[in-house]
Amino acid sequence: MIRENRRNRHKPLEGLQKERTGIPGFDEITRGGLPAGRPTLICGSAGAGKTLFAMEFLVRGATLFNEPGVFMSFEETDRELAANVASLGFDLNQLIADEKLVLDYVFIERSEIEETGEYDLEGLFLRLGHAIDSIGAKRIVLDTLEALFSALPNEAIIRAELRRLFRWLKEKGVTAVITCERGEGTLTRYGLEEYVADCVILLDHRVHNQISTRRMRIVKYRGTSHGTNEYPFLIDEKGFSVLPITSLGLSHKAPTEFVSSGMPRLDTMLNGQGFYRGSSILISGTAGTGKSTFGAHFIEAACARGEKALFLAFEESQEQIIRNMRSVGIELEKYVKKGLLKFHNSRPSAWGLEVHLAMIHKVISEFAPSVVVIDPVTNFLAVGDAPETKSMLTRLIDFLKTRQITGMFTSLTSATTNLEDSGVDVSSLMDAWLLVKNIESNGERNRGLYILKVRGIGHSNQVREFRMTDHGVELIDAYIGSEGVLMGSARSSQIARERAAEADRQFAAERKQRELRRKQELYEAQLVALKGQYESERDAILRELEEEKQRQKVMSDQRLEMARLRKADNGGVQVEENGARKARKGTAR
Amino acid sequence: MKTTPSKKLRPAGNGQPASDGNSARWNLRLYVAGQTPRSLTAFKNLKDICEEYLKGEYRIEVVDLMENPTLARGDQILAVPTLVRKLPQPIRKIIGDLSDTERVLVGLDIRPR
Repeated sequence: MIRENRRNRHKPLEGLQKERTGIPGFDEITRGGLPAGRPTLICGSAGAGKTLFAMEFLVRGATLFNEPGVFMSFEETDRELAANVASLGFDLNQLIADEKLVLDYVFIERSEIEETGEYDLEGLFLRLGHAIDSIGAKRIVLDTLEALFSALPNEAIIRAELRRLFRWLKEKGVTAVITCERGEGTLTRYGLEEYVADCVILLDHRVHNQISTRRMRIVKYRGTSHGTNEYPFLIDEKGFSVLPITSLGLSHKAPTEFVSSGMPRLDTMLNGQGFYRGSSILISGTAGTGKSTFGAHFIEAACARGEKALFLAFEESQEQIIRNMRSVGIELEKYVKKGLLKFHNSRPSAWGLEVHLAMIHKVISEFAPSVVVIDPVTNFLAVGDAPETKSMLTRLIDFLKTRQITGMFTSLTSATTNLEDSGVDVSSLMDAWLLVKNIESNGERNRGLYILKVRGIGHSNQVREFRMTDHGVELIDAYIGSEGVLMGSARSSQIARERAAEADRQFAAERKQRELRRKQELYEAQLVALKGQYESERDAILRELEEEKQRQKVMSDQRLEMARLRKADNGGVQVEENGARKARKGTAR
Repeated sequence: MKTTPSKKLRPAGNGQPASDGNSARWNLRLYVAGQTPRSLTAFKNLKDICEEYLKGEYRIEVVDLMENPTLARGDQILAVPTLVRKLPQPIRKIIGDLSDTERVLVGLDIRPR
């Protein structure tokens, strides 16, 4: 006993033990789950999701953590409970058969009961104790314990017994969830929070502008830090999920990798490579400027790289988008079939902003895309006002950034307002902002693309015209005239003028070329004639020289002959011969 | 199923001709949790009332939930002691130590409300 006490005294130093609920998101906002071995109060008005939260706590405990649980219900019968959660894929009957779960329906009918003196709730304790011991339960749920107050007449006894019950539960070391109806101005109708002091969670279901949003708040969690905000939560076909998205900070990574916009010439306008991965891109423009097509290009490029892309459409159905994009040559259906592209279509007015955010959060978590297109964000203004929408989009952008998902948001701006207005006042949150605009001039409308900003990337400052062709958005070469960038027919006429000038220049160049050729031929012919003349003159001279040589030879032969005939002395002959040789040399020269 | 756990809580009608099992008009079941003073008080009070008002026409069954906790589910017992009037129909439940005789009589429909 003493040892036991000592151990208890040391317990707080180890920090509070927590028991994971297994409910997506909930364990994150509570930093680990519910306080282990202690009771937790879940309060909320009717239909807030208390019973479901409690049931999911047990089912997930049994299936994920192998912790059996007891569900003591004061409101619904075993069969009703099983039927209610069957739609969420929870097979209670199987869990009961596997001895992972005990359902105990406590039915008390006030009219049957007469109070005659002193009593206590030992029967309830024994019943619960027996259920816990029968399967070794670690988790228990008491679903709307307050039913006792209406069932039994003596409130003083109930209060004393509840105090005892919570103490007893702690001694048993079970993690208990007790649900309570919310009272007027108080957390619970009968003030149960004063008994369960460890952890109090409030579920809320608010309707604003005819759209309901579920929210959760941790009112109290003794001995631990926890998120204090209101967190939206969802109840859908997979059960309860809480979205801890209000508490994100600015600590996301900044990748240096690029993702293509899907339009090579737009990439060129940026830096040749596209946008930074994980950045958020806003495409704003008036109706019919091709914002969605930019999104589709972006998605197509991602899918072609083999990355997963998510199209969050708040205006058109999946079929409609696929059909419309096919008309501009963007084939999305094959990527849907490959599982690379997923559409999430919903009407903005179908849910509140928080629920939309929650659903987006959920679908992104499940599908894990690398690229997300939201078309258009301005439709959320139908559901919430501008600050709410901005807050929601901020959290969405933060969420995308922490996951390094590149997000493209289209925004419909009204033609009457300033075009450099993102519509939902989110431009400051965006890393890149492209503005598409119908430019009216010379009696026609043309589409122009401006890059208003791209953080961290040098980009073109030029207004570019683009066209919707059967192979998508086509950026057209910029033509700059005296009035600025030329578009449409003005551009066409400018092109025609430039072509004419080009043709003129080309014709002149060809003429010069021909002249040059002619001159070359002329001079070459003259060269040939001159060469012929030179050769004939050279031959004549050479011939004369040869004749002269012959003549001299004949003359020297005659002289030698004459000397021989005169019988001249040797010396004389020598001299004569030498002289003749010299003379020959001289003529040859 | 052990319904007559102890000597002290032995049903009053036991061995007497008026309460020969099935033929008794009044079939009463008293749920207790252990032999606490309150259980004993309740049993004594019940016995006294039966002897006075239902003599020879009743049968008492005592269920100790300490020994048979599973039985608490059947009659939906939360509070102890609880007296359940099984017969005559309809079922009536009287909680407490049965010290308020008037209310016990009303609860058992022996005396009109």
